[in-house]
Amino acid sequence: MLLWIAFSLMTGAAIMAVLWPLRTGAALPAASTAEADLAVYRDQLTEIERDRASGLIAPAEGEAARTEVARRILRASAERSREGASSGDDRRRRLVAVVALLGVPLMAGGLYLALGSPLYPPQPLAQRLEAQPNPSDVAILIRKVESHLEANPNDGRGYEVVAPIYARIGRLDDAARAWANAIRLLGPTAPRETGLGEALTAQAGGVVTTQAKTAFEAALTADPKDPKAQYFLGLAAEQDGRKAEAAARWSALVAQSPADAPWLGLLREALARIGAPMPATLTAPAAGPGAADVAAAESLTPEQRDAMVRGMVERLEARLTQEGDDIEGWLRLMRAWTVLGQQDKARVAAGQARTHFTSDSGALGRIDALAHELGLGS
Amino acid sequence: MNPEIGHYALVLSLAVALLMTVIPFWGARTGDAALMKVGSTLALVLAGFTGLSFATLVVAYVQSDFSVLNVVENSHSAKPLLYRITGTWGNHEGSMLLWVLVLAIFAALVALFGANLPARLKANVLAVQGSVATAFLLFILFTSNPFARVIPPPAEGQDLNPILQDIGLAIHPPLLYLGYVGFSITFAFAVAALIEGRIDAAWARWVRPWALTAWAFLTLGIAMGSYWAYYELGWGGWWFWDPVENASLMPWFAGTALIHSAVVMEKRDALKVWTVLLAILAFSLSLLGTFLVRSGVLTSVHTFATDPSRGVFILAILVFFIGGSLTLYALRAPMLRQGGIFAPVSREGALVLNNLLLTAASAAVLVGTLYPLALEAYNGAKITVGPPYFNLTVGALMLPVAFAMPFGPLLAWKRGDLAGAAQRLMAAFGAAIVIAALAAYAQGGGPVLAPFGMGLAAFVVIGALAEVIERAGFGRVPRATAFARLRGLPRSVFGGALAHAGVGVCLFGIIAETSWNAERIAGVKVGGSFEVGGYELTLDRLEPRNGPNYRDLVGVFTVRRGGVDMGTIESAKRLFTARNMPTTESGIRTMWFSQLYVSLGDELPGGGVGVRAYWKPFVTLIWIGSVIMALGGALSLTDRRLRVGAPKPAKKPKAKADGASPVPAE
Repeated sequence: MLLWIAFSLMTGAAIMAVLWPLRTGAALPAASTAEADLAVYRDQLTEIERDRASGLIAPAEGEAARTEVARRILRASAERSREGASSGDDRRRRLVAVVALLGVPLMAGGLYLALGSPLYPPQPLAQRLEAQPNPSDVAILIRKVESHLEANPNDGRGYEVVAPIYARIGRLDDAARAWANAIRLLGPTAPRETGLGEALTAQAGGVVTTQAKTAFEAALTADPKDPKAQYFLGLAAEQDGRKAEAAARWSALVAQSPADAPWLGLLREALARIGAPMPATLTAPAAGPGAADVAAAESLTPEQRDAMVRGMVERLEARLTQEGDDIEGWLRLMRAWTVLGQQDKARVAAGQARTHFTSDSGALGRIDALAHELGLGS
Repeated sequence: MNPEIGHYALVLSLAVALLMTVIPFWGARTGDAALMKVGSTLALVLAGFTGLSFATLVVAYVQSDFSVLNVVENSHSAKPLLYRITGTWGNHEGSMLLWVLVLAIFAALVALFGANLPARLKANVLAVQGSVATAFLLFILFTSNPFARVIPPPAEGQDLNPILQDIGLAIHPPLLYLGYVGFSITFAFAVAALIEGRIDAAWARWVRPWALTAWAFLTLGIAMGSYWAYYELGWGGWWFWDPVENASLMPWFAGTALIHSAVVMEKRDALKVWTVLLAILAFSLSLLGTFLVRSGVLTSVHTFATDPSRGVFILAILVFFIGGSLTLYALRAPMLRQGGIFAPVSREGALVLNNLLLTAASAAVLVGTLYPLALEAYNGAKITVGPPYFNLTVGALMLPVAFAMPFGPLLAWKRGDLAGAAQRLMAAFGAAIVIAALAAYAQGGGPVLAPFGMGLAAFVVIGALAEVIERAGFGRVPRATAFARLRGLPRSVFGGALAHAGVGVCLFGIIAETSWNAERIAGVKVGGSFEVGGYELTLDRLEPRNGPNYRDLVGVFTVRRGGVDMGTIESAKRLFTARNMPTTESGIRTMWFSQLYVSLGDELPGGGVGVRAYWKPFVTLIWIGSVIMALGGALSLTDRRLRVGAPKPAKKPKAKADGASPVPAE
């Protein structure tokens, strides 16, 4: 608000610069050109007199100069008598006033709105550093941690906090250094080692360097099941040309992963790249067929695909018999059997589901609604 | 302070500059006093808004407001306060804003002190200033906006180019801009005269002080830039014939010609058309200089400003103003009344000779600077026109200027007596021969031309003093009378003599340095010694030091001459951490007017460091001479006969005196 008031005052000042002289200046006569010339010539005459009096110029020289200036004065006087009086014109002045009143705000305002950022406050550094931590000002958060670490270079937690942020904003050198410091001060853990390895790999443009490999191996020492470390070591093997090792690592990782693990898509792509099959995951897909399954399905014959889908549904059914309180799972199973043309199996699933949710009217309602929708009767 | 205030002030400045171009011009066309007067208030408001805008930017720099892109790109919070402030104009956007600010201030000065200018002339002058301001404000807003913001703001800036983190940057560009832009006023007067088709008597009285002001600042700016390059670049050179240096030298030559021809015009009402042309040329060459530096067509030590997209815009400005003013000149110059005739041998004649030689020098520099560019644009061939070309052409033109310089002031106006002038210079000539002989004796088997050069320099210095002595009448009239006359001499006479002496001093330094400098490049280990120019330097130790935003490797040298310990010189290699850029901090020891110059190179494998050392005899005279020239200009400026615009209580009861005029004050 203050800003807009300041803008208005400034605009007003600019307009007044035009309006004020229009009012006050109207009464003034314009200084005549010849008049001004005459003033200069009179000055020159006095100057010549002064020079002659102090002996700076010879009397004859002075006389010549006087004659010349006198000639100029005569000429200027003649011009003055020819010069007409200047005229003011109210219509002209009104036009100028209107141009100032409308033109200045329109032009300045329009241009400013196109170029400026009026809603964006000033951000002096000192003020940003003193302010309460503001999660949107990542740069300052980092800076604060940095200055804290400068003062307490042995605070491993600080490095651990700032390292992933460095990695996210692309300061990979700093990320790697921070992870290394965190490991040095707090001891190796799988996330720290993989963080270091990832930063080093990203820094090398996606190549798992020897250093990065060491980090990933250290991560596996800390946690033999760490998926990131396994993936990247597989990648290292692939980059070294050892495809069999890569396939082995990745397959093992797939086999130990839950079916909804977010890295499965990546692994499927990786395995496809080196021409290895995608093995089954640890458990049946909980969230429907993963992207990996779909892609795998595409390369199969219809019979194989049918078998694969059936296998997936059976895996789901096996899981639900053990952990029956997953309403979403049951609903998906009913749908799956219906799609496969096995209405009776779908009906069985609906019945089994009901037994698990006898006390849950909401769940029962959903089962009934779906059974109705799928035309399974009730 | 909110940067948006500065941004809006800049936008508003554009609107004001546009009105300032149109309204007073219209007023002058129609003879409307009120409209003409609007020009003055607009000029003041324009100075206010550009000043506010610039101040806002300075505040953003001081506060390290990294939400302003310009601050991010050119500042660093660890920088000392002084360099945070100077960083404001140490970059393209900020320096253009400074340019416009200086322009606006000059226009405001015309508005404030131009009460006794003919209203029409004043209105036209302000309109021309307004048009130049409009062009540059458009350029700033649309191609080089210093108020662009960054969301989200980074926590640290990228630091200023290290070689610009120097006290030289605080001084050099503003001085240079005061010079460049000062010529915009004489340009505006010239164009206003052409628009009206007549040159008022007040014209010359106004043009001369402005030209002098601009010229004095430009002289200082060039000298400062030269000294800066000398100590910061570490090569011991003080002039590189770099296109950017040439860009400032061209308007200097034209401006020097202008201040001389303006004298003729003021005194004798002659050379009007020529003076108008020089006024146009001086500013055109200033614009060209701005173009060369700012458009990025050059690659030189000044490469800190390169952005090809801006080049086209500045080129358009250049074409509009230079082309427009020269066209106007071609159309209107024949209408201007010529006045005052004079014999070839006369003060006027000498000044015409000066003008011809200076403009020829300016043209030689122009050709040497633009030819490689034109050739590259034409067929892609990259050639460099180097020092040999410039030394030969400019040197050949400056020698007669130097030789003729003492003669000019001794010739009478209208009809002069060359033999008489020569006679009066006999003493100076004799002294010059003595100095040349001394120089020849002292140098033994050095360059043959050096003694002649020293003699010429001495002739210029002593000849400049001869004028004052002659005009006071020493030797012709009783001493008391002569002293009385000396006191009565107008200050412009002293100013002129001082400036001429400064040229001689500068010449002395140039010739001494180029003829007798000694250079030594050596790899030195700690404890090792080498010799340069009769001095023995020992590297005592190499030590690292930390600055606020840099790390130094300092070499400490002990200087000995003939075994006598003369103290130490420290020279450093400085690494600026933010940009990881090294600079050299030369170690300079001044002994009288000569300097011992030590610059540190790279560290050598196996310990030790590369060192370049120079012995530079009389090198400081180059800059001292330039400062004397500028002081001469300033002294001439204080001559009350020139201060037409300054309101001043009339000393004489008559309705005369310089400030008081028949025009009612506003």
